[in-house]
Amino acid sequence: MSGDAGNAAGPVLALELRGIDKRFGTVHANRAISLSVARGSVHGLVGENGAGKSTLMNIVYGFHSADAGEILVNGRPVAIHAPHDAIAAGIGMVHQHFMLVENFTVLENVVLGVEGGQLLAGGLARARGELEKLARDYGLDVPLDEPVADLAVGLQQRVEILKALYRRAEILILDEPTAVLTPQEADALFSMLRRLRDEGKSVILVTHKLREIMAITDRVTVMRQGAVVGEVATRATSPRELAEKMVGRAVLLSVEPTPAHPGETLLSVRDLEVRDRLGVARVKGVSFDLRAGEIVGIAGVSGNGQSELLETLAGIRQPVHGTITMQGRDLVAEKSDPGERRKLGLAHVPEDRLRMGVVASFSAAANAILGYHNRPAYSRGPLLRTAAINEECAKKMEVHDVRPPIPGLRITAFSGGNQQKLVLAREIDCDPRVLLVGQPTRGVDIGAIEFIHRRLVALRDAGKALLVVSVELDEIIGLADRILVMNGGEIVGEVARVDATEEKIGLMMAGVKGEGHT
Amino acid sequence: MSAAAKLPRWAEFGLLPLINLAVALALSGAIVRLLGENPWTALKLMSAGSLGSQEGIGYTLYYATNFIFTGLAVAVAYHAGLFNIGAEGQAYVGGLGVGLVALWLGGSHPLVVLPLSILAGAVFGAAWAFLPAWLQARRGSHIVITTIMFNFIASALMTYLLVNVLIKPGQQSPESREFGPGAIMPAASDLLGRLGITFAASPLNLAFFLALVAAAGVWVFIWQTRWGYALRVAGENAAAAVYAGIAPSRIMIGSMLLSGALAGCLGLNELLGSQHRILIDFPGGAGFVGIAVALMGRNHPVGIVIASVLFGALYQGGSQLSFDLPKINRDMVVVIQGLVILLCGAMENLFRAPLASWLLRFQRPEPTP
Repeated sequence: MSGDAGNAAGPVLALELRGIDKRFGTVHANRAISLSVARGSVHGLVGENGAGKSTLMNIVYGFHSADAGEILVNGRPVAIHAPHDAIAAGIGMVHQHFMLVENFTVLENVVLGVEGGQLLAGGLARARGELEKLARDYGLDVPLDEPVADLAVGLQQRVEILKALYRRAEILILDEPTAVLTPQEADALFSMLRRLRDEGKSVILVTHKLREIMAITDRVTVMRQGAVVGEVATRATSPRELAEKMVGRAVLLSVEPTPAHPGETLLSVRDLEVRDRLGVARVKGVSFDLRAGEIVGIAGVSGNGQSELLETLAGIRQPVHGTITMQGRDLVAEKSDPGERRKLGLAHVPEDRLRMGVVASFSAAANAILGYHNRPAYSRGPLLRTAAINEECAKKMEVHDVRPPIPGLRITAFSGGNQQKLVLAREIDCDPRVLLVGQPTRGVDIGAIEFIHRRLVALRDAGKALLVVSVELDEIIGLADRILVMNGGEIVGEVARVDATEEKIGLMMAGVKGEGHT
Repeated sequence: MSAAAKLPRWAEFGLLPLINLAVALALSGAIVRLLGENPWTALKLMSAGSLGSQEGIGYTLYYATNFIFTGLAVAVAYHAGLFNIGAEGQAYVGGLGVGLVALWLGGSHPLVVLPLSILAGAVFGAAWAFLPAWLQARRGSHIVITTIMFNFIASALMTYLLVNVLIKPGQQSPESREFGPGAIMPAASDLLGRLGITFAASPLNLAFFLALVAAAGVWVFIWQTRWGYALRVAGENAAAAVYAGIAPSRIMIGSMLLSGALAGCLGLNELLGSQHRILIDFPGGAGFVGIAVALMGRNHPVGIVIASVLFGALYQGGSQLSFDLPKINRDMVVVIQGLVILLCGAMENLFRAPLASWLLRFQRPEPTP
């Protein structure tokens, strides 16, 4: 690209947004947003869920069209109405959920949509040459003839980046790229991005992880409630300052729990094996104890058996063999369902709130009794005690700071954080002995994270046993007294909090075995 | 955005159905015009025929009774996440239960016969829904397919029974003998007459009242009981149901039994209230109209009652129309009903987005923080 570097002041802008405005019905998703990304830089875009980051990036990539405003690429206004306009303007996007055809090879995926003619052979040969060059230039090595389904997640992401580069992207947008990566894979991604930047490409990194912003970006734009609330050079700011800008008030980034005082064993798991419907073992020979007054964290890259383990403990899946003992009863032999386990004092906050934890079309009050609707507090004979249900929900909302405190409002009208607080309230308020928590803060804004973490620690101090599964390593390290690391369905190591470092756990997550060395 | 545009409640349940209905009637008017009749005359004839006289109202509500039962049947299954296309067959077999009790005990007192026939209709209807429900819950056979097939099986079974077993000896048409005097659903004109109100004779009978009771019962069941709660959880989100300790397969079977029982009550109106014998194809498509009624009534009992009365009026007004206007025959009336089903049921969202953006213009813009 020829740089029309006419501007005397400041660096050349690869991308400039002027006054982008977008409404969805009554929701003002983007308010007059202006943003400049210099050529050869990594630009961070941070904000809480619902701040409008994704809307903005979708406008740039042509999924939505703005109600008002201009997009300039290399100083020239461009009209972007569909993704192919964006691609033509040199903009590429790597989505959080990959857009790959799993049973196609890497090469086939890359040329998909730009095959260049009716017959594939020519296009594939041309693409092969070009991809080999790209791989050399940027250190983007990928086995071109492997089906994408056989690749690790980090490599699949590389394929997405290659796709964009192959389409001559000069501006690369990455949406929450590290959500699915181990810390080591994330580091590899970052060094790749640095190399792209040094070659003169521009990168926009959309994330809510402040650590990543600090690690890799040159400048950072903070969004809140659809508007830009600040743009600074990364060197001149701190995570605390960014967090405050995002939330609009001072926040504590991590709770510092006091040491645990574990008591008697409340839940005991021995040699548990779980298979999926295809007969593939998802959890293999897992054994551990959960004691009163401690939080045990399960770390691991998403998809290594944590979800299956959690669902098996909750009674949603049945294991092939193994025992789950609680109060002297073997829950596996009893084949008890989640309802019966709740009665025993085993509560569960599921990983995927919207898929399992709530019923999207129900009100908050109706969701606040899910799993407990047969309890005398909520029903008399066959009839539901509607007034009592609403009253109880209002009480939960007050105690757990759920906003807005309106029991009759549809659950999906609440933010992710407030939904999660209500789910947590529902599971805590029935006074369980053991609480299973999956992804306690997924899709939850920073302000609510702090609140939820405090709740969990308070429960621990009240003598409950907590098992927390999270893919956010920071969260596990900050919260858990003991950390079990899962890889390929097995527990590959255990680390006490005092010994926990990201490197050590990251290696275990990647499958390098090793009991914690001091 | 891909999600359906949100409308305020009054527009969702009032304005949008009215617009759909108006468009359906306008299209029907255009067709009537093409046939060479005056649409206004046709509309006047239809409304006068269905709602303009006591007799017309009686017929309208009599038809509506069938639709309320089948509409409720479809709605109960719908809330459990199941699309019950089999209300027609369940009504048919349910009617067999009603009819058998009526044939057997027709000489007894109505206070004995009527409760037993209600029970028999419900049990037979439920039984006919059980197998598709079981197949779905335990074997994963899709309930839409199985219930459609069970309609055909019901039809074949009933034809066999009427032609070979139940037929009145020495008679050509496949009908049972007439029910005894105890197996007659009291007519509305009689009941009202006893209260000193004169009402023209029509097939309208006590079953209409039973249908309203059933509608109220369904409302209580779905929204006020813990069983209804479990049913709605399973219908909206099966994963959440499992998480909550609710077994979706049990809900499937239970809701289909209730659905079949409701459909099975159609015979109370049609056989005990009007025909007084079992005859071939007495549901007459009411099971399918029930789908349209449930869709149009948003699967809510109140909406179903209103939509049923509307369809009852279309049936009654339509037959009036084919009597009075020579160029419009019975098939034309089916076309009009089809248009209403199409616009109020299948394409109910056609005007949703335009209406939503139009309404938005009247809303105050939110204050900027």
